[in-house]
Amino acid sequence: MKILVCISHVPDTTSKINFTENNTKFDPSGVQFIIGPYDDYALARAIELKESTGSTVTVINVGTAETEPTIRKALAIGADDAIRVNADPVDSFFVAAQIAEHAKAGGYDLILMGRESIDYNSGAVHGIVGEMLGIPSVSPVMKLEVDGTKVKMAREIEGGKEYVEANLPLVAGCQEPIAEWKIPNMRGIMSAKTKPLKVVDAKAVDSGIKLQKFELPPPKGAVKMISADNVGELVTLLKNEAKVL
Amino acid sequence: MAILVFVEAAEGKIKGNSLEAVAYAKAMGGPVTAIALGAVDKAELEALGKYGAEKVLHAKDAKLDQGIIQAYASVLSKALEDEKADILVLANSSLGTPVAARVAAKTGAALASNVVDLPNTASGFVVKKSIYTGKAFAHIELKSQKKVIAIRKNAAELKEVGGTATVTDYNPSLSDADFVTKITSTEKATGEILLPEANIVVSGGRGMKGPEHWGLIEDLAKTLHAATGCSKPVSDMGWRPHHEHVGQTGVKVSPQLYVAVGISGAIQHLAGVNSSKCIVVINKDADAPFFKAADYGIVGDAFDVLPKLNEALKGAK
Ligand SMILES: Cc1cc2nc3c(=O)[nH]c(=O)nc-3n(C[C@H](O)[C@H](O)[C@H](O)COP(=O)(O)OP(=O)(O)OC[C@H]3O[C@@H](n4cnc5c(N)ncnc54)[C@H](O)[C@@H]3O)c2cc1C
Ligand SMILES: Cc1cc2nc3c(=O)[nH]c(=O)nc-3n(C[C@H](O)[C@H](O)[C@H](O)COP(=O)(O)OP(=O)(O)OC[C@H]3O[C@@H](n4cnc5c(N)ncnc54)[C@H](O)[C@@H]3O)c2cc1C
Repeated sequence: MKILVCISHVPDTTSKINFTENNTKFDPSGVQFIIGPYDDYALARAIELKESTGSTVTVINVGTAETEPTIRKALAIGADDAIRVNADPVDSFFVAAQIAEHAKAGGYDLILMGRESIDYNSGAVHGIVGEMLGIPSVSPVMKLEVDGTKVKMAREIEGGKEYVEANLPLVAGCQEPIAEWKIPNMRGIMSAKTKPLKVVDAKAVDSGIKLQKFELPPPKGAVKMISADNVGELVTLLKNEAKVL
Repeated sequence: MAILVFVEAAEGKIKGNSLEAVAYAKAMGGPVTAIALGAVDKAELEALGKYGAEKVLHAKDAKLDQGIIQAYASVLSKALEDEKADILVLANSSLGTPVAARVAAKTGAALASNVVDLPNTASGFVVKKSIYTGKAFAHIELKSQKKVIAIRKNAAELKEVGGTATVTDYNPSLSDADFVTKITSTEKATGEILLPEANIVVSGGRGMKGPEHWGLIEDLAKTLHAATGCSKPVSDMGWRPHHEHVGQTGVKVSPQLYVAVGISGAIQHLAGVNSSKCIVVINKDADAPFFKAADYGIVGDAFDVLPKLNEALKGAK
């Protein structure tokens, strides 16, 4: 089986988010970038499948040269090779179009990605790729087993989960607990340096959206502390001041 | 031109977040045509008129009783065409969000999810969406004529405006190719308030010490008509089911009131709750970071505070 794993290069979950240029540009200073946590689950599951079924795992990222350390990390975790589509990922549709193009050309059976990126949180790329390729897309997937050409999945729904079956090829947007995150070991890190990373030009795609500006939420006011011996006061405040009861 | 709104039902009732989607479309200027797929009570659909739907299309085919992403996307795309509607509004959900993506791809529409407010149409069509998992917002212009807008809870006020909607059967032709995904079974809590829908959420963290103490969280939730949530370690350890896990890698909630008990307030947890209107933190450590993100705080032992708080709330009713 040929597995394609889509990884985004996103600010670490502990990052403070700031903008520059009149709130029109993300400020990367002091920000550490990581493989999206959901994409990391997808990658971990792909590596497990590689080991159990003898598959190959290719990672793909749509991004400019600064994403390469993130891609190398995915190779260190165990992917066999990588594709970087050299472009700014302007929106979900653009990213999906690039992924669909390579997924088709490379004849991948299983396309795994995160349920959503943690920068734009659209939760859209899997659906768009599925639609572009005319194959099923299932998300958010918390369990995925491959049996021949049949894929059995558990999809999280509000208040529980549903069990879903479909045949390859398909796209899945992953989340925990599909697999445990994997940490690269020394051998992985060494071998990642020489694994193939192909850089390709992006296909031109019109974007239907345009960013106008970013905005940070207003700072939080000071917390009001209430004594543990006077919980009645909290009830009064919730009722009369916050008006949420 | 009509705005199409996809409404979801759970346990026979239209979901609260879908009612908000109808209200959102109405506030945009309507006229609003809602569409429901699979078995839903006719009275429930007629009642969508209250929030501004003039017409409801009901695609009743039993094949649509299950939420198959591909099939739903095809039906909604067809309905947009049949209704000559340019805009689809729906609520972000485990079904709505992936369906929205496929509809956008199918119809060439510009897509925005996690939208938190009504569009600004002063120049162009600009929506405000939550990004960086609640840490920021982006104002994005949707340039295409066709648009798909997936909204978060509280993006529009639920106002009663109208009367009864006219419900008509909608029978688009369904292609077998859209049903290659099969849902073989479903495990779902019944009679529970769903986390993303809840106006009040009571969440417990590792400070609750073990699943055997969740009765305290559940009692408080019951008194408040709240949903129950938890931190990631709590679901990782299997104390609570995964769908209750709140935060960066779990459910993002935006209730009126979020009560956090025995949760330290790691940034990844806060990412899932920071759009709550009011946050109450109960923690025995006065230095717990969560207090910085809270509106009200109590420093105390959960095992002492929770029963007292529950009694005080019951007494206040
Ligand atoms: C108006 C606007 C302007 C933007 N400008 C920039 C910019 O200038 N520079 C910039 O870097 N980003 C920019 N972005 C962010 C970038 O567009 C997102 O990374 C991209 O849209 C994917 O995010 P998503 O939320 O749509 O993905 P989702 O649909 O939430 O992602 C689902 C999954 O798709 C996969 N995926 C997502 N992105 C990629 C990727 N790039 N490569 C491979 N797989 C991926 C991941 O597995 C992810 O879990 C911008 C976004 C918007 C909306
Ligand atoms: C990539 C990534 C993603 C993550 N995503 C999430 C996520 O989505 N959601 C999430 O929650 N976490 C997430 N985490 C984990 C997060 O960093 C924290 O580890 C986690 O939130 C801590 O959970 P907790 O507050 O329950 O436990 P702890 O940090 O152990 O805190 C327990 C708290 O309980 C208090 N306490 C103890 N006893 C009592 C008592 N008797 N009465 C009252 N208070 C008491 C303590 O003072 C302490 O503050 C993520 C981490 C990473 C790296």
